[in-house]
Amino acid sequence: MKIAVASGKGGTGKTTVATNLARVAAAGARAVAYLDCDVEEPNGHLFLKPTIDRRRSIDKPLPIVDLRRCTFCGRCSQVCRYGAIACVNKQVLIFTELCHSCGGCLLACPMDAIREVPKTIGELRQGIAGPIRFIEGRLNIGEAMSPRAIRAVKDAGPSVELSILDCPPGTSCPVIESVRGSDLVLLVTEPTPFGLHDLKLAVEMVRVLRLPLAVVLNRCHVGKPDEKRGQSPFVQSTLRANPAKGDCPLFSDQVRQYCISQDIAILAEITDDRSVAEAYSRGQLACDVVPLFAGQIRLLLERLSNGATR
Amino acid sequence: MKELVVISGKGGTGKTSVVAALATLAGPCVLADCDVDAADLHLIFEPKLIRCADFIGGAKARIKPEYCNACGKCEKLCRFDAVYHDGPGNGRTPRTFRIETTACEGCGVCVDYCDENAIEFAPGVCGQWFVSEARCGLMVHAKLGIAAENSGKLVTLVRQTAQEVAYQHGLELVFCDGSPGIGCPVIASLTGASLALFVVEPTVSGIHDFCRIAQLAARLDVPGLLVINKADLNEKIAEEIETTAVKHGILLAGKIPYLREVTRAQIARKTVVEFSDGPAAQAIRAVWAKTEKHLQSVAASTIDGLVQIQPSLSS
Repeated sequence: MKIAVASGKGGTGKTTVATNLARVAAAGARAVAYLDCDVEEPNGHLFLKPTIDRRRSIDKPLPIVDLRRCTFCGRCSQVCRYGAIACVNKQVLIFTELCHSCGGCLLACPMDAIREVPKTIGELRQGIAGPIRFIEGRLNIGEAMSPRAIRAVKDAGPSVELSILDCPPGTSCPVIESVRGSDLVLLVTEPTPFGLHDLKLAVEMVRVLRLPLAVVLNRCHVGKPDEKRGQSPFVQSTLRANPAKGDCPLFSDQVRQYCISQDIAILAEITDDRSVAEAYSRGQLACDVVPLFAGQIRLLLERLSNGATR
Repeated sequence: MKELVVISGKGGTGKTSVVAALATLAGPCVLADCDVDAADLHLIFEPKLIRCADFIGGAKARIKPEYCNACGKCEKLCRFDAVYHDGPGNGRTPRTFRIETTACEGCGVCVDYCDENAIEFAPGVCGQWFVSEARCGLMVHAKLGIAAENSGKLVTLVRQTAQEVAYQHGLELVFCDGSPGIGCPVIASLTGASLALFVVEPTVSGIHDFCRIAQLAARLDVPGLLVINKADLNEKIAEEIETTAVKHGILLAGKIPYLREVTRAQIARKTVVEFSDGPAAQAIRAVWAKTEKHLQSVAASTIDGLVQIQPSLSS
């Protein structure tokens, strides 16, 4: 089963959910692979702390022109839809950042003067984090084309019982590339106006791709006032907000109502707890140190295994 | 005209909350939402639309099933795995080929080489962009179509429009809300800006991603200022971030404490400085005082394209 953890809004807890889910599943003796598809800002390694045993470059083919053969006819620049190749004054200029490596110029050249050479755009790293198979892509700084690097990560994924794909934020090309082909897209959101707004965009995107989806509501109760200093952090013993206890104004209910109206299952509600954020800040897996959180992730895994999605 | 771009690398560090508050403190200015695939600023400012236009993105290929003879040439030529053999049948073949729009990168190779001329290739509407009135002045924002690409181009369009609007109204300052990551839309929002304001949280991923975005800004020659948000979450890492920033020549503009005050302001659809005068609001005021001073020493903004291009001559 391939589960893509995505969000729309950034910082809602994709990496937290993905890494902890991998840990909890592996502890339950399942064959688990964790794939970091957020190649622009890969963070999973900071929490899973894998031993990397294989590295290779991620390349994109880039055209080069043999000027001895070139007649400067300009066919290559006419066919390029990205303006990445220009023929001026007996010179052929190639703008490497704009090239999508489509191969159109090669096919168009009547003199066979264009061939392709690989250009490194990032690195693929593979290893193990305890029982978890770990795969990460890392885009080089200044490179714009992350989808190609994401494809390399997905191609390197082993076929195991459970693959968890940690996706980049947003709703455009990099996310689409990451979630394509997964069995379930798990959208992590937070109960804030930004969280809900971007969740709606992400839901529409997943529906265009016709993939099954479910929601994790992270940082539940975040709309509560700050505690006074010295007071113990707010921890709710139940999973649900309780309006009778003055949990308003909470945005969680609006997220729940939206999910009900869209017939989307909320597979987990994770309590907003400063100790989870602190564990995260140190690079610790929160499921190792916060029991309530660990329980909520185990429940999520259980529901995923039972196919509790609509 | 000065252009400040708020950027972070990692998502959810507080870019939008910070830029909304700064724009409010700065007085009449232009606010540009460059996070076009998950734009949120309009939720705070509830802007009044004055202008709206379609964004025409790059063309995508589409096979006309009635002309397809299922030769499969397009599938062989496509480098983006966008061609599927599951289109409807016609008189000549039980199954035609189909192009998955969300995978098509619009290179047009299949269009050029289809012997049956069965593939259309027309530019389509990929989103909308808007100019609005907001409490802080004027706002330029956009909505990228669902599962559409070309977000870098739309970011550039938003920035260019923001500069035009600022020029027309005699406003001297443009604030841009950037998107997470370091890829295409981020390069498009940073290129040619006067100043980058990095909003970083003191977590292992916050510092990791800050290093990458700081290198990108340096490569694009954009000077930077640092804001540490949720600063008290991990004071040790907050210090490390400061040290890292100094190495990159980035000055600290201030630290904002980790408080629900910021989230509550968002739920109330207000900027933090409009919502309260608590510790977070005060910290942001201090950030603005430093940023305003710093803005005087940086260059005016220049936008001249999607990415800064280093032409490399072919051998």
